[in-house]
Amino acid sequence: MTTRIFGSGIRRREDPRLMTGQAAFTDDIKLLGLLHAAILRSPHAHAKINSIDTSAARAAPGVLAVYTGADTDGVLNPIPCAWLPPDSDIKAVPHPALAVDTVRYVGDGVAVVVAESRYQAEDALELITVDYGVLPSVINPKAAMDPGAPQLHEDAPNNQAFHWVVAGGDADAAFETAAGDPQNHVVVSENIIQQRLIPHAVETRSAIANWQSAMGELTLWSTSQNPHIVRFLCSLVTGVGEHKIRVIATDVGGGFGSKIPMYGDEMVTAFCSMQLRRPVKWTETRSEAYLATTHGRDHVQHVEMAATKDGKITALRVVVHAGMGAYLSTAGPGVPTILHGLMYSGPYDIPNIKGDVYGTFTNTTPVDACRGAGRPEATFLLERMIELLASELDIDPVEMRRRNLIQPFEDGHDVATGVTYDSGNYQGTLDLAMQQLDYPALRQEQAELRSHGQYIGVGVTTYCEICGLGPSQVAGAVGFGGGLWESAIVRFYATGKVNVFIGTSPHGQGEETTFAQIVSDELGVPVEDIEVIHGDTDLTPMGWGTYGSRTTVVGGGAVALSARKIKDKGKALAAHLLEAAEEDIEYEDGKFFVRGSPDQNKTIQDIALMANVAWNMPEGMEPGLEATTFYDPPNFSYPFGAHVAVVSVDPDNGHIVLQRYIAADDCGPQINPVIVEGQVHGGVVHGAGQALWEGVVYDDNGQLLTGSLLDYAVPRAHMVPDMEILSTVTPSPHNPLGVKGIGETGTIASTVTIYNAVLDALKPLGVTKLEMPLTSERVWRAIQQAKGA
Amino acid sequence: MYAPEFEYHRAATVAEAIQLLSSNEDAKLIAGGHSLLPLLKLRLARPSVLVDIGRISELKGITISDGTVRIGALTTHWEIASSHDLEHACGIMAEAAGGIGDTQVRNRGTIGGNVVHADPASDWPTVLTALGAKFNIQGAGGSTRTVEPGDFFVGPLTTTMGEQEVLTSIEAPTLGHHQRAEYAKMAHPASGFAVVGAAVVVTVEGDVCTAARIAVGGLVPVPVRMTSVETALVGKALNQENIAEAASHASNDLQGEILGDFFASAEYRKAMAEVEIRHALFHATEVSHH
Ligand SMILES: Cc1cc2nc3c(=O)[nH]c(=O)nc-3n(C[C@H](O)[C@H](O)[C@H](O)COP(=O)(O)OP(=O)(O)OC[C@H]3O[C@@H](n4cnc5c(N)ncnc54)[C@H](O)[C@@H]3O)c2cc1C
Repeated sequence: MTTRIFGSGIRRREDPRLMTGQAAFTDDIKLLGLLHAAILRSPHAHAKINSIDTSAARAAPGVLAVYTGADTDGVLNPIPCAWLPPDSDIKAVPHPALAVDTVRYVGDGVAVVVAESRYQAEDALELITVDYGVLPSVINPKAAMDPGAPQLHEDAPNNQAFHWVVAGGDADAAFETAAGDPQNHVVVSENIIQQRLIPHAVETRSAIANWQSAMGELTLWSTSQNPHIVRFLCSLVTGVGEHKIRVIATDVGGGFGSKIPMYGDEMVTAFCSMQLRRPVKWTETRSEAYLATTHGRDHVQHVEMAATKDGKITALRVVVHAGMGAYLSTAGPGVPTILHGLMYSGPYDIPNIKGDVYGTFTNTTPVDACRGAGRPEATFLLERMIELLASELDIDPVEMRRRNLIQPFEDGHDVATGVTYDSGNYQGTLDLAMQQLDYPALRQEQAELRSHGQYIGVGVTTYCEICGLGPSQVAGAVGFGGGLWESAIVRFYATGKVNVFIGTSPHGQGEETTFAQIVSDELGVPVEDIEVIHGDTDLTPMGWGTYGSRTTVVGGGAVALSARKIKDKGKALAAHLLEAAEEDIEYEDGKFFVRGSPDQNKTIQDIALMANVAWNMPEGMEPGLEATTFYDPPNFSYPFGAHVAVVSVDPDNGHIVLQRYIAADDCGPQINPVIVEGQVHGGVVHGAGQALWEGVVYDDNGQLLTGSLLDYAVPRAHMVPDMEILSTVTPSPHNPLGVKGIGETGTIASTVTIYNAVLDALKPLGVTKLEMPLTSERVWRAIQQAKGA
Repeated sequence: MYAPEFEYHRAATVAEAIQLLSSNEDAKLIAGGHSLLPLLKLRLARPSVLVDIGRISELKGITISDGTVRIGALTTHWEIASSHDLEHACGIMAEAAGGIGDTQVRNRGTIGGNVVHADPASDWPTVLTALGAKFNIQGAGGSTRTVEPGDFFVGPLTTTMGEQEVLTSIEAPTLGHHQRAEYAKMAHPASGFAVVGAAVVVTVEGDVCTAARIAVGGLVPVPVRMTSVETALVGKALNQENIAEAASHASNDLQGEILGDFFASAEYRKAMAEVEIRHALFHATEVSHH
């Protein structure tokens, strides 16, 4: 057997077109008669719209129309929220595509101008006058529930969007026991802020709507991670039948969660096209993206952890106030609940867990998934509390983790939050990472440097996460407004070439390459003979999209199963053509042959030809060589790993340098280890961003101060070291390929790893707490304060 | 991100540029465009006419003679950063240029545009102040004048340049055998601009400092000469203690307005001025930090 294509680090086939400018992003597409839209956005965080005067704008050169909320209201239905966690008293407040009488955040859409050119549309935008009656606003997700806080929605008293509870064991009783027996127990508590982040896809959002009135059909190019969901929701918002809508999202320049939601802007673009019967393009400017594309995180967490004096965790209790922004974004409520609270046990045995999550409305940009979505916030609080416990008990933090890790398991482990992990060997990745680090040597170096007034620190994280979303039955049970299965068609042509049509929608993750590798591996077809088609709802079968590290786990599963169906059919056809019994046909490396006489064979290409021409099919066999699979996974997948960060801190100015980063992850078998590494690199850097540089700042009036790349620091290559990437392989027992997910693990683990490393460095200086991002000034101030104390 | 409408003219000579400025109200020069274009795209600047000086060759290039470095206003940061002659004659300029923005910014941005834009977070104003540079300016009717940085920078985004004047070149003395110069910058992690920048030019005989010119920027509306630090340094051996002692006088020289924002407060920046001066002096004199 030659080297297996499954597991080989072949080059990403998407890259040549992306790197030479030949990709077709939405904004690159030009249609005959294309019009251009620009959207006027609220400059106020909260205001009544008293009146809007659009007359001057309508009269401006090149302008075809100006619409406001009064025009779209009743024509476009409200933008739906599609994730409503059950038993949470959730208030799905109406979210109009354009604000009708109230604006609720800076950036809320107020009016749209459609003109022959974008410049004309922008010029006309300046001619619209809006009379606002400014109202008080609230920004902080916890303060939003304070008595007397400005109220956003009539239907949501105290700005409470929902209250969701997760509980297993009896956390309250365990804390009582701990408090009553301080001889043998210890309790630590902490307030943690998960600051608001901006996902920053390099391609801003864009849409082209082309309404063909004669057919009653709407084509929508849309920068989406999930075009089939867009089609579904677009039909709900516009009233156009789902069968009359085509959504195209072929080349999408990153999403990081921000291209999951259905936005008002795209629906306004569709509205314009339907009104004017001409194609209309709207492309978000970078400045607009800061205001109008969803943000992430924004938790205020209060966390308590109890343990016995020998370092066994007995209970975890969490209260989270999670900012939802001004409206509920499509998947927003699922993020701080299902994707967060269910992971409170992490890789540890924690018998008693309780979490109260309050989703709150604030006068800010709506919040939705941002790479990791809920899980970085869970990993952070767990790892921070364990660090505090270790410090309190004077147990080495790595040892502290070892005492609580779940023992290795291959097929299912239940945790207190009610979920069942698929497989894990948490000690394995920890051992690997620690070996790479040489922990004892590092602690020694640290001690030596400290004696010279130099400060380095180490942070070690063990984590596991929930991804590969997920079983549709569970999706229904947790209030997700759709399924989470995937489908894939594998189609052979007479020439032996193959198209794979998938429902998922990769936008940077490399599945055009890895899915071709799956099919090549299953069927022995050269990988270059396979082309993966995605992102066009008229071409591809139904799928729920690319997010939650699910594409390879669920979509890849569907691809593998379709390939296996092809193999079965090939076997039957080969038996017929070779005049042998089907039981006597064996398959290897793309060849079907009669057992014992490998010369009597048919290649998969022979079979493809014969099946496509269908001159000689066995009785009852359909022509063609094509298979479709609808795959609904029986469980989520739970990748895991251990991450290590080594940092230095300069007490003079508070500068942090990330010196080393080790990531030992287990995502099961790796289809393409180079792509896996790339995902880890990106994920780790994204998480490092939250720890060290990134953070949204609003002023008290809800004005976004970090509204550009001049102020919001996205990490760049020179800010991070070469990473040391390691892995172990623990297959998931339940999906066809045994794969887990790797797109988010880096982000999930790295933020707290780096945070803990910095706090470890600062320990001798007496600093015990810092707010993220760990800017130089914050670090410097904390050192000054600790010195003064 | 869509500029309002403007008229565009390309000038072939400085004289033509000045003529175009004089005959159009509200006209503005454009060089590399890396400060002006963002303002246009944000619609914060609305000149009715842009006069492009980008192709005027007399404004380009680096010449070094008779102890003077002369840099045409239109010379890009990249050209300055990659000039070997300059590295030998006045290394601090090449070094400072290399730390501006990123490759794209350095490829387009010009030293002239940088100083005329007078962004307090820019690097050139600080470095040129410490070097004791001179700005050569041409005005209507071929008149010329030469201005020192102290008489050039007025405040954030304001200089003493007239509306119909063109900055033609910048001159700085070459560094002598006994001179050391260094620019230390605390860069904003998002923009790369200076939160605090400290430029030092010291003359060293034996190990004693016989002259010093030190300026800080980033934290102040216009670059500030650190005369107290300079005084404390002159006559002293350049060792760790003396450098630290001299730098500790920084706050004396920072009595005016200190800029601050949510990323770095005025108080922090003021403290960092001392730290950056120290770093610059340590590097310039190769005194080990620890
Ligand atoms: C992303 C980014 C990062 C940056 N980082 C840094 C940094 O780290 N440090 C730093 O110092 N700068 C930085 N800059 C600014 C950069 O150096 C600019 O190039 C510079 O400030 C302006 O030069 P320009 O040639 O682009 O000028 P332009 O934008 O063309 O013009 C700027 C102003 O100067 C006027 N002007 C230009 N040339 C002349 C002349 N010869 N005579 C009279 N008036 C003139 C114009 O009318 C205009 O008002 C950054 C810019 C960007 C976009």
